[in-house]
Amino acid sequence: MSWVTGVGLTRFGKHPGRGTLDLMSEAATSALADAGLERRDIDGLLTGYSTTLPHLMLSTLFAEHFGLSPRYAHAIQLGGATGFTMAMLAHHIVEAGLASHVLVVAGENRLTGQSRDSAVQTLAQVGHPAYEVPLGATIPAYYGLVASRYMHEHGITEEDFAALAVLMRTHATRHPGAQFRDPISEVDVLASKPVSSPLKLLDCCPVSDGGAAFVVSRECVSAHSVRILGTAQAHTHQHVSAAPSLTRFGAAASASDAMRAAGVTLRDVDYAGIYDSFTITLAILLEEIGLAPRGQAGKLARAGHFSADGSVPLNAHGGLLSYGHCGVGGAMAHLVEAHLQLTDRGGERQCGAPRLALLHGDGGVLSSHVSLVMERAR
Amino acid sequence: MSGDAMSDWTEGTEAILYQRCGTCSRVWYFRRDFCPHCGDTKVVSYRAAGSGTVHAMTRVARAPSEALRAHAPYVIGLVDVDEGFRMMAHLDDGVRIGDRVRARFETFGDAIVPVFGTD
Ligand SMILES: [Zn+2]
Repeated sequence: MSWVTGVGLTRFGKHPGRGTLDLMSEAATSALADAGLERRDIDGLLTGYSTTLPHLMLSTLFAEHFGLSPRYAHAIQLGGATGFTMAMLAHHIVEAGLASHVLVVAGENRLTGQSRDSAVQTLAQVGHPAYEVPLGATIPAYYGLVASRYMHEHGITEEDFAALAVLMRTHATRHPGAQFRDPISEVDVLASKPVSSPLKLLDCCPVSDGGAAFVVSRECVSAHSVRILGTAQAHTHQHVSAAPSLTRFGAAASASDAMRAAGVTLRDVDYAGIYDSFTITLAILLEEIGLAPRGQAGKLARAGHFSADGSVPLNAHGGLLSYGHCGVGGAMAHLVEAHLQLTDRGGERQCGAPRLALLHGDGGVLSSHVSLVMERAR
Repeated sequence: MSGDAMSDWTEGTEAILYQRCGTCSRVWYFRRDFCPHCGDTKVVSYRAAGSGTVHAMTRVARAPSEALRAHAPYVIGLVDVDEGFRMMAHLDDGVRIGDRVRARFETFGDAIVPVFGTD
């Protein structure tokens, strides 16, 4: 058993002049304060990676900077699946008795620390350097390919994707830290600039500066602790050219394994934090996991199913699409929000009194999957 | 037809190559010197005839670099090549999912790339 005992999240957007270590430090400071812990209490440290601060040893670089002397530390790289994978590993580390309090932290000035072209090109390198990148492929292009096939087989429309962008924006209007807070309509999404068909600008998450952190502990030391019940992963390919299918992904196996480990079923889930780098990502993951029937994610969103007062509130902070995406910290914000929701600290965003959250992250092009089940303390 | 002696579009030759395992007969696209299914090293490279069926497609409006900006918009697709593997390539405008297509080669940036169009 493990507990998320504290969480920290910076505002996402522009943080001019603030680097990776600054943003990581800000988030870590919040998470430690939230858990009621001191630096000396932290004996485990997991960090992600930063495209603006590539380093062989980011974890110990951060430990020295922040003032930690952990017994266990390293960085992890798994694209968009990194944040929840760190939570999964922290869970196993404390269960194995390797550490009592693992600080998980990531941050990056991805927006102001580099040019737009540089960000796009760095990210496109998840494509194959010989067989894909020379074709002028980008991350939105890889996802656009998936979207085209998924739409072809399941009869989804661009309006359905737009409904998910609108939902995330609606949620973000209630979070002061979100990068985009002006309400949008489906018409706005459909009329936004084409990026890589069928994806338009408002189908795509932004690039952000920001940081996120949480503490995973063996004991329930803070007044607001949330139990990690089960975790799992699934990996099926790296490159979209080599994907076994463009309509079936590893999300189903990962989520069902995590729920089996937790001893729960989908019917028990009353809050969801699902990776939403693009509207298509969110639609596919919701449908793959079973939180929506095939082809129905957008329609359910439009009907209020995933709203704050709906059956399964989803990404109440606004997700990557509207809270923002600073790299590894982007998905970690989903966990931070789930933690707030499960401890009744969502403020004006509070979605009733959810008991069980399912979190799911994806890295690469729907190639790496990681799922977590978290439960309100009883 | 040893793999070592052959080159393809990724190296500037107007050809699409794939590999087949001499033991389990599986076919794949990304070149390596062993079979990713059974691990056997009896791997042979072949030249594909260049015909296939469009599986997925996207029209890229925002190119990743200044050098490629002049080419945008361009269409990228995944094509199921008749010899039994899937590859990424450019598509002619107007091609649709399910269409039968045939490859030619064009200059794109500082490389040559396969472009599939209907016959
Ligand atoms: Zn073989």
